[in-house]
Parts: sequence; C-alpha cells; structure tokens
Amino acid sequence: MIAALLAEVNFPPIQNLVEWPSGVGTSWYGFNKIALMSVLAVLFTVILFALARKKKLVPKGAQNLAESSVNFIQEGIIMQTVGPDGMKYLPFLATLFFFILFGNLFEVIPGFQMPANARMANPAIMALVTWAFFICAGIKAQGPGHYFKNSLFPPGVPKALYILVTPIELISTFIVRPFSLAVRLFANMLAGHILLVTFGVLCITLFTASLLILVLPFSFGMLVALTGFEVMVAFLQAYIFTILAAVYLGGAVHPEH
Amino acid sequence: MSTLATAATLAQAAAQLPADAKAQAAASGAGFAYGLAAIGPGIGIGYLVGQSVQAMARQPEAAGMVRTTMFLGIAFTEALALIGFVVFILLKFV
Repeated sequence: MIAALLAEVNFPPIQNLVEWPSGVGTSWYGFNKIALMSVLAVLFTVILFALARKKKLVPKGAQNLAESSVNFIQEGIIMQTVGPDGMKYLPFLATLFFFILFGNLFEVIPGFQMPANARMANPAIMALVTWAFFICAGIKAQGPGHYFKNSLFPPGVPKALYILVTPIELISTFIVRPFSLAVRLFANMLAGHILLVTFGVLCITLFTASLLILVLPFSFGMLVALTGFEVMVAFLQAYIFTILAAVYLGGAVHPEH
Repeated sequence: MSTLATAATLAQAAAQLPADAKAQAAASGAGFAYGLAAIGPGIGIGYLVGQSVQAMARQPEAAGMVRTTMFLGIAFTEALALIGFVVFILLKFV
C-alpha cells in the first residue's frame, strides 16, 4: 500500500520550478515528492531535537551524533559570528541547519534523488523567515529608531556621503539579503541535481552493445565522484545558509560603533 | 492557384517563425547568460581562496577564523554566478 502511495506521489515537471501546483491537480492534493521530502526533513529534525534534548553523562549512538552536531552549531557558527549572547538563537539556527541539511541529503538517497531545496518554495520561505527574524531581533535589541538609524545611516561616515551610502545600505540589507539567501541555496542544489542527472543519463545512453561502452567506466566514475561531491555541497550549503543567518543576526544585535 | 498556395505556405511559415525565433534567441541567450555570469565569480573565487590559503600557510593558528571568513566570502561571490544560472533556467525552461 505504501509502495502504491509512493508511486502516486510524482515528481513535479520542470515547469514547476518556480510555481507550485495548487488544489486537487494531477496528484494527491498537489502533494508531490518534494512535499514528501520536506515533511520527512521536518520529521528528522524533530527526532534529532528530541534526541539532543535529554542529556546523558555518557552519550552513545544516535544521541552522540545529535549532541555533537548541536555542539558544532554552538562552537562553529554562533560563537564565531554573534558571540556568547547569541546562544538564545540556537533553536532557530539549529532548526534551519538541520532542515536544510536533511532536505539537501535527499539528493543522493536512491528513490528520492532530488533535493527538497531545489524548488524555490522552501528556500524562499526560509529566507523570508530569516529576514523577518533578524529585523525583529535588531529592533528588540536596539529599539526601532536606533536599529534603522544604525543600519541605514552607519556611524563614522561623512555626512555628505549619506546620499550615496543610505540607498546602497537600504537595498543591500533589506532587499538583496533575503533574495540572495534564497537564490544561493536554490541554485546550488538545482545545479548539483542537474549535474547528477546529466551524468546519469549519459551512463544510460552509453550502456549499449557498441564501442561506446568503453567510455562508460569514465562516465560512471564521474557519477560516483560527483555524488560524493554533492554530499559535501549539501552540508556546505546548510552551513553557509546558517552562518549567513547568524552573521545577519549578529549585525542586527551588535551595531557598529 | 499556385500563387495562392505559395502565399498560404509563406503565411504559415511566417506564423511559425516568431515562436521558433523566440526559442532560438532564448536558447542562445540562456547559454550566454550563464557563460558570462561565470567569468567574474570564477576569477573572484580563485583569488579569494588563493589569498586564504596564503593566509593559512603564513599563520596556521588563525586557520579557523580565516576558513569561516573564506566561506562567507565564497558565498557572497558565488551568488552572482548562481543568479546567472537562475537566469539560464528561467530563459530555457520557464
């Protein structure tokens, strides 16, 4: 029954890159494979949080993994960018990191073979949430007047230069940031997916009873190597999204003097 | 009669032409968009990582900090190439 249900859940066509089919369409309530992966990624993130929650003196197995990865976010991301008082953002940043990482890792899992973040919907919503979050954190830390004054009129700049600096800061902080966050994750994952598809299709095409089969080992070797590379990219993109969110948060909470 | 048939054929061809020409222009534009967008970030990332390696080699104790900053810089530089890639996708498939 599960197999039948999985067969019912289709891959969306390539035209759906930037639009989501709504309503009861060709598949079950517009619920396609990407949505299934997102739900699974949420599930794994929740499981990881539950595992990391109850601390034991000597962690082992899955709990060890969960605790060391949360520790990595504390030491490798928050301490490097925000500082000790950024620890209150740990739940948000850890959720972002693990959701993106699990969503990306579906790229190399047989049967799924598609990163959940290679559709614009997921990265766009995460970037918008990050955008709202760092603005709200800045307003909470500095007060609305100070926050917008510090980010639009950076101190230490000659008064006449504000004509030039303020529009640039406005565009780069409040418009380009969420856009580039979303596009970076989306385009990286989609490019990796297309790369894997290209070599996969090449392998199938070369698998013929002719001389072409002599080229097959090279193509297959590239496919294997690129799969390993994509695992690294999946991790790296989750790291970059999270560390950029942390940098934006740190900039909003600690203004330049 | 034959003039009429020729005119009809020509009209049909003319009606088909815009769609074909548009597809051709989109395809070559897509290729140029990505190819041109890859030049600048390619140079930029090469320079950035080269300088970071030099910094790490000169001062290995600062390697962790340099690496974090390097990834940040790569992320910012790479965004331009990725926007080119998105333009490619939009021109080609959407």
